[in-house]
Amino acid sequence: MSALTVTYALLFYAAAAVFILGLAYRIWLYARTPAPFKIPTPPAPVTRRGVVLRMAREVCLFESLYKANKWIWLFAMLFHAALVLVLLRHLRYFQEPVWTWVGLIQPFGLYAGFVMVVGLAGLWARRFLVERVRYITAPSDHLMLALFAAIGLSGLALKYGDRTDIVALKAFALGLMRFDWQPLPAEPVLLVHLALVALLMAVFPFSKLLHAPGVFFSPTRNQVDDARSRRHLARWAAAFDQGRP
Amino acid sequence: MAAPTFTIPELKDDLAIPAIAAGAMAHSRPFVAKPEHQEPLGFPGELVEGWHDKAIAKMGDLLGKSRALRVFLDSCVKCGACTDKCHYFLGTGDPKNMPVARQDLMRQVYRRHFTLAGRFFPSLVGAKDLTREVLDDWYSYFHQCSQCRRCAVFCPYGIDTAEISMAGREIMDHIGMGQKYSNEIIGKVHKFGNNLGLQEKALRATLESLEDDMEEATGVRVRIPVNEKGAEVLLVTPSADFFASPHIEGLMGYAKVFHQAGIRWTVSSYASEAANFALFVGSYEQMHKIALRIRQAALDLGVKRIVFGECGHAWRVAYSFLNTLAGPWDFLDPAYPAPQHICEVTYDLIQKGVLAFDKSKNDDKVVTFHDSCNVARGSRMGEEPGGQFRIPREIIKACCNHFVDMRADTIGEKTYCCGGGGGLLTDDLMELRVKGAMPRMQALKEVVTGRGVTHMAAICAICKSQFSKVLPEYGMDMDMIVSVHQLVSNAIRIEPAKTTATA
Ligand code: SF4
Ligand code: SF4
Ligand code: SF4
Repeated sequence: MSALTVTYALLFYAAAAVFILGLAYRIWLYARTPAPFKIPTPPAPVTRRGVVLRMAREVCLFESLYKANKWIWLFAMLFHAALVLVLLRHLRYFQEPVWTWVGLIQPFGLYAGFVMVVGLAGLWARRFLVERVRYITAPSDHLMLALFAAIGLSGLALKYGDRTDIVALKAFALGLMRFDWQPLPAEPVLLVHLALVALLMAVFPFSKLLHAPGVFFSPTRNQVDDARSRRHLARWAAAFDQGRP
Repeated sequence: MAAPTFTIPELKDDLAIPAIAAGAMAHSRPFVAKPEHQEPLGFPGELVEGWHDKAIAKMGDLLGKSRALRVFLDSCVKCGACTDKCHYFLGTGDPKNMPVARQDLMRQVYRRHFTLAGRFFPSLVGAKDLTREVLDDWYSYFHQCSQCRRCAVFCPYGIDTAEISMAGREIMDHIGMGQKYSNEIIGKVHKFGNNLGLQEKALRATLESLEDDMEEATGVRVRIPVNEKGAEVLLVTPSADFFASPHIEGLMGYAKVFHQAGIRWTVSSYASEAANFALFVGSYEQMHKIALRIRQAALDLGVKRIVFGECGHAWRVAYSFLNTLAGPWDFLDPAYPAPQHICEVTYDLIQKGVLAFDKSKNDDKVVTFHDSCNVARGSRMGEEPGGQFRIPREIIKACCNHFVDMRADTIGEKTYCCGGGGGLLTDDLMELRVKGAMPRMQALKEVVTGRGVTHMAAICAICKSQFSKVLPEYGMDMDMIVSVHQLVSNAIRIEPAKTTATA
């Protein structure tokens, strides 16, 4: 087993652990913290079912963002939709045999790689071109875009540059999952691509990428508008009920 | 009043997004509360020793109590969608009035003290210590947010800057840096039952003279009862309704509605205030204490229903929070929602054919409607989502022949705040109030010139006071602002009371 393979295998285990544990901790924190008041932004759904639909529109269609700004919506949509396709496309590295639908989306996943980079470019351009967005941008916002762009570009380079040994790569990926390590092809672009993905997983729970779990916990979007018909009381606030008229 | 020392924004044909003008409003800060305003609320009288650590500890406390705060501070991606949505940014160009930048004032400190990234790489993620300079920024810019929640409508994660500014003010209260205007008023409610410090005797005298006025005008004695045990309805209304125009005309409207419907009602001198300014300073404890006065009054008077008068944030507290703060309302008549808005009451009576109107009484007016932000984005009316937009308009249309809406992106859920909400309706913030009113004034001007609008109706005491003040600054008449129930009062047909009046 080469030192390279061992390094990358350990790197991925570490990154996955940070990703999963970090995210789980954050989600636990969100779930555990009570919301003392009903604060859904109206017109809000009056049933649970309505909330599920609202959340689905928010997560799948970026409904609020669409209301706010069509350019951001367009670039964000391109980026996120493409990212989802690309991620699904990558599933084939982790399954044997490959599920039919994963096989079917392979060609789309390829275009998605380009679309993703276009979406990122649009979002990034706004950080320079729109004065207001420039003002609120921190170095980490640029770095995050750079990270995604580098992952996307290195991925495209793998596809269209020198052909990678996909069979060996898949063996490595499956080996990671089965705790039966297989050699990793020592191709520089591939190594860069993988290292960046590991980095992304590791920073996820400490960065603004927390918007992904955050949106589901946002009280302005996930609450039912039923304040008059059902008494909503946070645990810590229940103490206030003591001794009153 | 001295002439303003600032330039009043010009109303253009379109609402342009201003170029950013860093520091343009850094000088705007309301008077700091004195010990006599702070201490009765249990807050330290002045900035305490070791305020930094106490502020951070309070922040930690709030993070554990409010999911909204935690999620909102983590989730912002700096997409910029909210940057042009705040009326204070549009009116001032100060970049710290962009909602995300306002949140960042707190987020930078949160990152520094409560996140790994901020602890180890502060400059990378824009984390900062809570220095005296940052604290001053907090005081200045958390008091340039009317907590109108317009930004929250547009944010892809529903991040509500109002929650942040409330938390900011709560933290500052706890280290002795409260705002005089809000805290003084909260103290008055605790002591007298209303924001004005009006006592029972004065209240009775005022209301009696109102009854006389109405009798003179209509020939019918319409009562405004005080502390009447056994009344069916307890009306809780902003105390402005007792003394100032156009609020008082609204109160006459409610009185006539109850009179004509034969509903026995009363106001309470103990809970003679619908407003709950504790909302603005983010204090659960103070809000709870004020809300309990209503529970107490309802129990003492033995009423069956609670109805709120026209007040924006009061209706938010009533609709969204009252059940939480002072419920359950199991001693009230379950046939009606608890509490109800006066507009719901009037609307239902119109639907049932109980009220009749002579619309021509309002023919001198072309009316538009300002959706008060706290009603629009913090509550509901009726059974259906969006009832808070529809019901007041239906009432206006039932008593006026001429109604026109303002531009679609300035009404309903997207309404612009009047510029004076959230505890900012104070003379020491006049520049902010005038500038923050610009987007609303611009939309109003459009329908004034384009559609001949003469009056703007509102259902919020703060809005009404604010507009009376700022309309003249924009070259419009202060009498343009009217209460919705003032229009009702003008047009409603009333008859002498039936002797055995029941609901
Ligand atoms: S819209 Fe929401 S996520 Fe975007 S910058 Fe504003 S607060 Fe942040
Ligand atoms: S809540 Fe209203 S006033 Fe406050 S930042 Fe958002 S838009 Fe501006
Ligand atoms: S005063 Fe009126 S418009 Fe302004 S914050 Fe309150 S309800 Fe909103």
